[in-house]
Amino acid sequence: MKLFDALFKEAPLATRGEITPKLGFALTVLLAIVWLIPFLWMGVATLRPASDGINLMAELIPSVKPTLDNIRDAWEIGDFPRYFLNTTFICTGILLVQFVTITLAGFAFARLAFAGKTLIFYLFLMQLMLVPVLLIVPNLRLVAQLGLYDTLTGVMMPFFASAFGTFLMRQAFEAIPTELEDAALIDGAGLLQRIRHIYVPLSLPSFSAFAIISVTSHWNDFLWPLMVINSPDKRPLTVGLSVFTATAEGTQAWGTIAAGTLMVIAPLLITFLIFQKRFISSFVTSGIK
Amino acid sequence: MSLAGPAALPVATSAPPRLHALRRFAAGLKASLPAYLLLLPSLIFLALFTYGAMGRVFVDALYQRTTPKAPVRFVGLDNISAVLADPSFTGAVVNNLIYAVGTAIPSIGLALLFALALSRTNAVTSALRAALFLPVLIPMVAASALFLFIFLPNVGLLDYYIGRLLPVLPNWLGDPDIALYAIMVITIWKNAGYYMLFFLAGLQAVPEDVMEAAHLDGAGPFMRLRYIILPELKPTFLFVTVIATLNAVTQVDHVFVMTKGGPSNATNLVLFYIYEQAVEHYDIGKASAATLLTLAALMALTALSFRTLANREGGP
Repeated sequence: MKLFDALFKEAPLATRGEITPKLGFALTVLLAIVWLIPFLWMGVATLRPASDGINLMAELIPSVKPTLDNIRDAWEIGDFPRYFLNTTFICTGILLVQFVTITLAGFAFARLAFAGKTLIFYLFLMQLMLVPVLLIVPNLRLVAQLGLYDTLTGVMMPFFASAFGTFLMRQAFEAIPTELEDAALIDGAGLLQRIRHIYVPLSLPSFSAFAIISVTSHWNDFLWPLMVINSPDKRPLTVGLSVFTATAEGTQAWGTIAAGTLMVIAPLLITFLIFQKRFISSFVTSGIK
Repeated sequence: MSLAGPAALPVATSAPPRLHALRRFAAGLKASLPAYLLLLPSLIFLALFTYGAMGRVFVDALYQRTTPKAPVRFVGLDNISAVLADPSFTGAVVNNLIYAVGTAIPSIGLALLFALALSRTNAVTSALRAALFLPVLIPMVAASALFLFIFLPNVGLLDYYIGRLLPVLPNWLGDPDIALYAIMVITIWKNAGYYMLFFLAGLQAVPEDVMEAAHLDGAGPFMRLRYIILPELKPTFLFVTVIATLNAVTQVDHVFVMTKGGPSNATNLVLFYIYEQAVEHYDIGKASAATLLTLAALMALTALSFRTLANREGGP
């Protein structure tokens, strides 16, 4: 009860005696623990030696003699370093091109008057509604026609333009006072120079918010790379993990599967735990991406 | 002359404005040119992979080839009727509807509970929010790998801990009556923390003094939820429902990894059906027809929220 009092001490005085909010809170705590169990199992199973046998695999109490064998096995069997490079390359490539396209388009929407602005705005908005995953069939045919089947470029291309990013940058650019730009105009700076030296440096928080959303969503992409990539050495982490899981499942090597999964999600989890606040606020802005 | 006079007059007076309009249009285009150049890179990729893709779906749905090497042949609406007559497509649609309702309602309900319980910010609530948010970050494939073991018969996590309470252990992923619900559990686990964020943001708009006044008037927690909080959260509900529905159609990677649509098509969902037609049966016609039907259904749904979405992005 002491703990509850401490947690609810900021609640309005009149509501502090109520029992229902406390029950709701207790239920949430319970569910949060349940929510963490898969992660807990992953950690415990990764460190469990194979000698414990299959019947102890589900035990959530860590083994008394932890081992790194599972991590080593997964690293060697799974070719994870290669998958890791591929995913990093895909995410970086997409992000760099997106930075260029969304900056330019965002600026046009924020600061320029042009014929057909409303129409083009709705054309961009349509991309938010036509979820790209659904267009895998026609896009796979296009990628094949462009000769990009089984290439990492083919995986990246459909994501080079981003309506979500464009709208995010437009919002950021609109908040920048025009006086700054006027000063640069008097100094004779061209359009691209003004974007490069005034708008971009002042919008870095929006760029980082966009980067978080873009990288997490493409880090986790599965179906599209599964369709485009054929060669084992070009697989990203998600496709690699699914193949690895299918193989290891046959031999009941659950410790190795846990280790492989841990390796795939560790980079995102660590980055999240460091930049928690920024991640959460970026995801709130994302909604539909 | 007297007749020609008035006739010539309108021509003489109307020519300059028309020329003027044309010139103004040209000047407008010229003034718009920098904007068009800035938009061009984005528009090229949107044209190729969004609008172009839409167009190709329409066209591809009208053609058919009998074997992968045979020339394409115009078949009109045959692909659409073939898809609609295909029991595994209609089965997938029914599964997907159950899946959509069965994932959206629990995950939105849980998200609301989490947000209400954690609306105040302190060290404890931040830690709990982070715990509930973790599943959102990880790939669906990684979640599938973990849940493959959780649902594993006899030795898996679920059977090991709570299976002992049941007289007969169910085969969570192997029983056609249960598999779809097992798949739904993963989706709820993965998405509730995401929707929670929107409710947390929405709750910021509920004024504290109104809540306190309501309490002084004798309104209990449920009354306040029903008459103050829920009306305030209405736009959030609408928005989250649209996202949850889109996710129910698009976020189905776990079906690929865990069940491949089985056992006996019990977890076959629409996107998996499309994938199978295109990649395993090389039937682009049928895959495109199924895509077209799904797109139409989703567009009808999202059209409802188009206004909201446009306003959210700040209007044109």
